[in-house]
Amino acid sequence: MAGIIGYGAYIPRNRIKVEEIAKVWGADAPSYKKGLMLEEKSVPSPDQDTITMAVEASKRALKRAGIDPKEIGAVYVGSESHPYAVKPSGTVLAEALDATPEVHTADFEFACKAGTEGMFVALSLVQAGAVKFGLAVGADTSQGAPGDALEYSAAAGAAAFIFGKDPIVAEALDTYSFTTDMPDFWRREYQYYPQHGGRFTGDPAYFKHIMGAAEGIMAKAKMKPSDFQYVIFHQPNGKFPLRVGEMLGFEKKQIEPGWLVPKLGNTYSGSSPLGLTATLDISKPGDMILIVSYGSGAGSDAFIFRVTKRIDEVRELAPKTRTLLDTNKNYLEYGVYAKYRRKIRKAD
Amino acid sequence: MRNVAVIGVGMTKWGELWEKSLRDIFVETALLAIDDAGVDRIDSMYVGCMSSGLFIGQEHLASLLPDYLGRNPVPAVRVESACSSGGLALRQGFIDVASGMSDIVLVGGVEKMTDVNGHEATYALGTAADQEYEGYHGLTFPGLYAMMAHAHMAKYGTTREQLAMVAVKNHDNGSKNPLAQFPFKITVEGVLGSVLVADPLRVLDCSPITDGAAAVILCPSDMAKRMKKSAVRIAGSGQATDTIALSSRKDITWIESTHLAAQKALAMAGRKVEDIDLFEVHDCFTIAEIMVSEALGIVERGQGGKAVQEGLTSLQGKFPVNPSGGLKAKGHPVGATGVAQAVEVVKQLRGEAGARQVGGAKLGLTQNMGGTGGSSVVHIFEAE
Amino acid sequence: MPTPSRYWREIPQRYRLEAGKCESCGYVCFPPRLVCPQCGSREFAKTKLADSGKILTYTIIRVAPHQYVDQAPYAVGIAEQDDGVKLTAQIVDCNFEDVKIGMRVKIEFRKIYEEGEAGVIYYGYKFIKE
Repeated sequence: MAGIIGYGAYIPRNRIKVEEIAKVWGADAPSYKKGLMLEEKSVPSPDQDTITMAVEASKRALKRAGIDPKEIGAVYVGSESHPYAVKPSGTVLAEALDATPEVHTADFEFACKAGTEGMFVALSLVQAGAVKFGLAVGADTSQGAPGDALEYSAAAGAAAFIFGKDPIVAEALDTYSFTTDMPDFWRREYQYYPQHGGRFTGDPAYFKHIMGAAEGIMAKAKMKPSDFQYVIFHQPNGKFPLRVGEMLGFEKKQIEPGWLVPKLGNTYSGSSPLGLTATLDISKPGDMILIVSYGSGAGSDAFIFRVTKRIDEVRELAPKTRTLLDTNKNYLEYGVYAKYRRKIRKAD
Repeated sequence: MRNVAVIGVGMTKWGELWEKSLRDIFVETALLAIDDAGVDRIDSMYVGCMSSGLFIGQEHLASLLPDYLGRNPVPAVRVESACSSGGLALRQGFIDVASGMSDIVLVGGVEKMTDVNGHEATYALGTAADQEYEGYHGLTFPGLYAMMAHAHMAKYGTTREQLAMVAVKNHDNGSKNPLAQFPFKITVEGVLGSVLVADPLRVLDCSPITDGAAAVILCPSDMAKRMKKSAVRIAGSGQATDTIALSSRKDITWIESTHLAAQKALAMAGRKVEDIDLFEVHDCFTIAEIMVSEALGIVERGQGGKAVQEGLTSLQGKFPVNPSGGLKAKGHPVGATGVAQAVEVVKQLRGEAGARQVGGAKLGLTQNMGGTGGSSVVHIFEAE
Repeated sequence: MPTPSRYWREIPQRYRLEAGKCESCGYVCFPPRLVCPQCGSREFAKTKLADSGKILTYTIIRVAPHQYVDQAPYAVGIAEQDDGVKLTAQIVDCNFEDVKIGMRVKIEFRKIYEEGEAGVIYYGYKFIKE
């Protein structure tokens, strides 16, 4: 049996409120807040990026795993905001953790599900006996085009998971992926901001794939919604995960512990992974957790985890996700936010 | 070792000398010193210059400057030790004459800093620090001295006002120096109201960016007597190094290299610091003068701030410091500073310092420092 | 501004704070050296710096070198780590009023700067409030 042996989260401390963004673009803040079920989002400082957040989240995962980093055989970073177009994020991470040189490293990309992709591959390598421990990180510092709906939600954060056979914190009982080709959200090379299909990103995209993966994994594992203590869905806004949960037959209380988006925003490749770290933080031995990610383009990865009693030993070894979300916050005005996110054109 | 005398000095007005290149500035100044000395021959030359490479893309000053001075094939050495390049060039020249290797030696210092913009100048000056472990983290020179200031203020209770008083005193003196870059007075309120550069240091706590040069002619004391020149003898020379990074120092509120260099120079001269009539020290930042006054032994450790407040180091005080206006008012063309300090002391000991003359001056001390005290060089001059 | 090779050479220090401990007198050199400045010995063992420390002094840089202009103003300090080694780095993620001598800090991995739009991205350590 393989599973998660360590997990860690990282959320930058800056925030910007929906009202602050709406004020600049002359939009109606209350309707955005209600429509998106979103209050504020995280903003990376200029000295933070996918790599720096991945390093800190991974160090926290290492603290919980209690292993020698040299024994990590695979390091994967999934993101849609890798700092370089060509030069891996994973190598910087592997070097920072002292996992080099005997390690396999790759960067993953698949819109918001790049994090769970790395998780799937790391887990599979451990299950196959090809590596002893595999690290997968979902991290992003995504950009929303100024004035676009996505500007309210595009946020920053990272979640790291180390997979192994021992000592397991959460056993991986099953996995299932549901993939089709669909142009719901994309970014061409050299374009600064992504584009999307508006309402096309809803039912035929997000909902279809999440439902496909959730129903697929439950059929495969012969489980139903009430068998799970908790479920985590990809969270592009506050509404979608609640709605898809309802459509699948889950209750709000199963979704709530991992439902971070109203105060965090959409951390893209970190979205469902951070929901998972937040859920693990409050879980108890024996809890069944379902996580279903979604990445535009499009696809969903689903995992079923069963928490072991080791959760009680590791939970406090690193900061909890909700602590990172709710404390030490620094609110930004739009001007500083635009400066930090490099939306202001400067001289060469 | 022979006795060494200074028989000629030269310095032109310092400032932003847009029309003049580094060669022009150096040659004009060197000619003043040569004419003042009345010599027709030079046996060797030493030039202090921190970074002509970064400021104007020019190295090989050891060929360029003798060439433009019309003195090829005279042997020349370009000396570099960040901001103590000038003082170090003086020491090398002194050793050249004292050893008997050369008789008439030209020592100059020059820096041309205004051909680059402010950011590039800050970068060039920053190369005096540890590039990989200080500069890499965004530190600047004002930043490094600001950290020394905060530590000194926390340990000894030195105040913001006391730092400002150093600048005010030096401008008072500089207002009497026609060659100074800023020959005007300022006030404590003016310093405290100026823009912050690196907390707690403000613009008026910092020495400026300057173009300029200074030069002296050295020869054996016997030769000076034969030439019937009014001579000033270099009675002592001392130099010491310390760690390049501030974080490696044993005590970041103390400049050990200056302390050791001064001890060596005083021992060579057979003098105590109380015997010295005037001091030209390296006030790259106001806090530096306070810490140097302690390291030289003018005041006890930690009492430098109080000393300037009580007027101990003013022109009329017991230990006048920086009668020329110091780096703050006179300017700081990096490589030239150490030599300019010598020029001032020699003028003072000759009685030629005009409105800023320290009455009855017989002994003078110059202290020149590189980086945050990674190198220090001290000379003692005695009127013959 | 370091070149790629100058930066890469210091990675064990920038990413992992690897240092050298003198086998003779125990002095810890960061970065590692060939000669112990305390006793002159040339034998060292590999070690890493402690993660946490306290601020000995600091400043707020307002006029920055050109590569750091966009970051200004920023706090920089010298901290003494819990193992006695002193280290210089930026102090981030806190208000300037909170930066004090004696403040407890820990190390975090951050971006130091980027060489414009097309150059290398340089990473390293900074201090955050513990």
